[in-house]
Amino acid sequence: MADVLLKAIKKSYGPVEVIKGVDIDINDGEFVVFVGPSGCGKSTLLRMIAGLEDISGGTLEIAGRVVNDIEASERGIAMVFQSYAIFPHMTVRENVAFGLTIAGASKAEKEAKVAEAARILQMEHLLDRRPSQLSGGQRQRVAIGRAIVRKPEVFLFDEPLSNLDAALRLDMRIEIGKLHKSLGATMVYVTHDQVEAMTLADKIVVLKDGYVQQIGAPMDLYHNPANRFVAGFIGAPSMNFLDVEIVSREGDSARIHSDLVSEITVPAWREGVPFSGRATLGIRPQDLRTVDTGGILQGNVAIAERLGIETVVDITLKDGSRLLVSLPEDRVFEPGQPVELGFDPARAHLFALDAEATRNAA
Amino acid sequence: MMAAVSADNRGLRLATRYAVLLLVAIIFVFPLLFMAMSSLKPDQQLLSDTDSLRAFLPVGDISFNNYFAAFERAPIGVFVFNSVLVTGITVVLTILVCSLAGFAFVFLDWTGRGVVFSILLATLIIPYETIFIPLLLMASQLPWIGTEGIEIGWLNTYRVQIIPFIADGLSIFLFVQFFKDLPRELIEASRVEGASWWFIYRRVVMPLSGPVIATAAILKFLFMYNQYLWPLMVVQAEEIRPVMVGLGYFTDQLNVPWGEVMAYLTIITIPVLAFYLSLQRVFIASVASTGVKG
Repeated sequence: MADVLLKAIKKSYGPVEVIKGVDIDINDGEFVVFVGPSGCGKSTLLRMIAGLEDISGGTLEIAGRVVNDIEASERGIAMVFQSYAIFPHMTVRENVAFGLTIAGASKAEKEAKVAEAARILQMEHLLDRRPSQLSGGQRQRVAIGRAIVRKPEVFLFDEPLSNLDAALRLDMRIEIGKLHKSLGATMVYVTHDQVEAMTLADKIVVLKDGYVQQIGAPMDLYHNPANRFVAGFIGAPSMNFLDVEIVSREGDSARIHSDLVSEITVPAWREGVPFSGRATLGIRPQDLRTVDTGGILQGNVAIAERLGIETVVDITLKDGSRLLVSLPEDRVFEPGQPVELGFDPARAHLFALDAEATRNAA
Repeated sequence: MMAAVSADNRGLRLATRYAVLLLVAIIFVFPLLFMAMSSLKPDQQLLSDTDSLRAFLPVGDISFNNYFAAFERAPIGVFVFNSVLVTGITVVLTILVCSLAGFAFVFLDWTGRGVVFSILLATLIIPYETIFIPLLLMASQLPWIGTEGIEIGWLNTYRVQIIPFIADGLSIFLFVQFFKDLPRELIEASRVEGASWWFIYRRVVMPLSGPVIATAAILKFLFMYNQYLWPLMVVQAEEIRPVMVGLGYFTDQLNVPWGEVMAYLTIITIPVLAFYLSLQRVFIASVASTGVKG
């Protein structure tokens, strides 16, 4: 059982604390994605699991064993790096067999395992080439091949697709997903790309400034973000936010209004949402619709991006703030055109004003 | 019209570039040519040719007589053997010791690393000549385990010409700078895969360090092969003298036999050229193979 448990994990560089007490449970066979903006600590956390960074505080367990002071090579993990980290002076075969060579495997064993990895990753024809003769995607395949031959209990991926172009990234994403299904191993994956996180993960960990903001299944995070940061980070285009006033609150719903928003009742189940006073209303661009009359919001079209399957409209409200609307159709809008917008209040989100500071919100 | 102008420009640029390169090549090659040609001429002709381009041409009374005479005057074979032996061993040990030191400075985490490295850098400003006398006194007192048990004094040995020059600040500095630029992920990937530091040094770092090995080797080779003052001080026995000290066999008299000197210089230049040219190829190959991202 290769569970990975992080308990109150901390990391400091001198006086600067970059990971501020993180608790994460990763179950055996789970695909967990750490996601967050640059500098949120996701890569540091992964490198701590790998054993490439010392742990300043807390406990890290892999497969039921505390590994805080155990060497990287003894942790039963394999890691795939953003820059591939394949050895330019070795052939693909030697690169893939690298870990086996260190472990003193016999030639026959190496041959068999390399052939198996090459078959899984469809790179049999590349085995005698040097990295300089490979494309970016092929190099990443070699890096993954080197990881899978040792049959580790836990795979760690540090932004493995960041150096690839968009088309290749999609292909490799699908392949990594397939690989997880076929190997059934625990995988921890770091990315700043929320699409990768949404499509690959069983569980997403959203990090910001060294704190966990939320842990949950991708759709759970999308539909029920714990705070404004998660709401803004998950989903594309980003969620729209408007300042509103709470008129009254009863249980898990609140009546709100503002100069821009007519009075409506929205869900208010989040911790920290006040009973009166100011709050932040979140509406996903996909939940907004244009209506002929009686809209909840009014504004003028600034610019419209027609993408064929959808149209993303940038709307300027009367106080000058901007709102994005994603319509699932191809529509023509003229700049300056007045529009009325409606949405289902039940799908709106209400956040406390300073909700981003939530610690370990899961 | 435009095409013609740009073609002319390109031609002119190429011509200028070749002219400059040719000039530089001439500046570098002519002394060697002068040396080789002069070694084939009798002294009188050698001196009279120096006021014309004939100095660089195999004209007049050409023969190998100077070479035969030089071999009679000095045990050239012994000197060349000694120099190649001392230089070769020093270069190999320098690469080994200094690369290991550089590896420790860059990849291993140990207390006092910064201070030790600063001291090492400070040694770069001390010329060898200033420490030769204390070094000589030290070398004369040092013990050594020889065939007949413990001996005192290193003078008149090969080791006194080799060991003091193995570790040097410049070579370590070169390795440190090169290792710092190696992709850190390669080392981390090796560690995750279970490689020991020795394995990482031997199988990952050193195979990627062709350019710095070539640079350090060339610098050390030239320094060692050109050693004169130190061997003059510590070696009296003819059978372990290096080539530069051997030059004294030709100049310790009123009439310098210039033809023989040139013949001797031509012979002792061959190992240097051979070494340099062979490493130059390694150097270019290494640059080509490590210039690959990832």
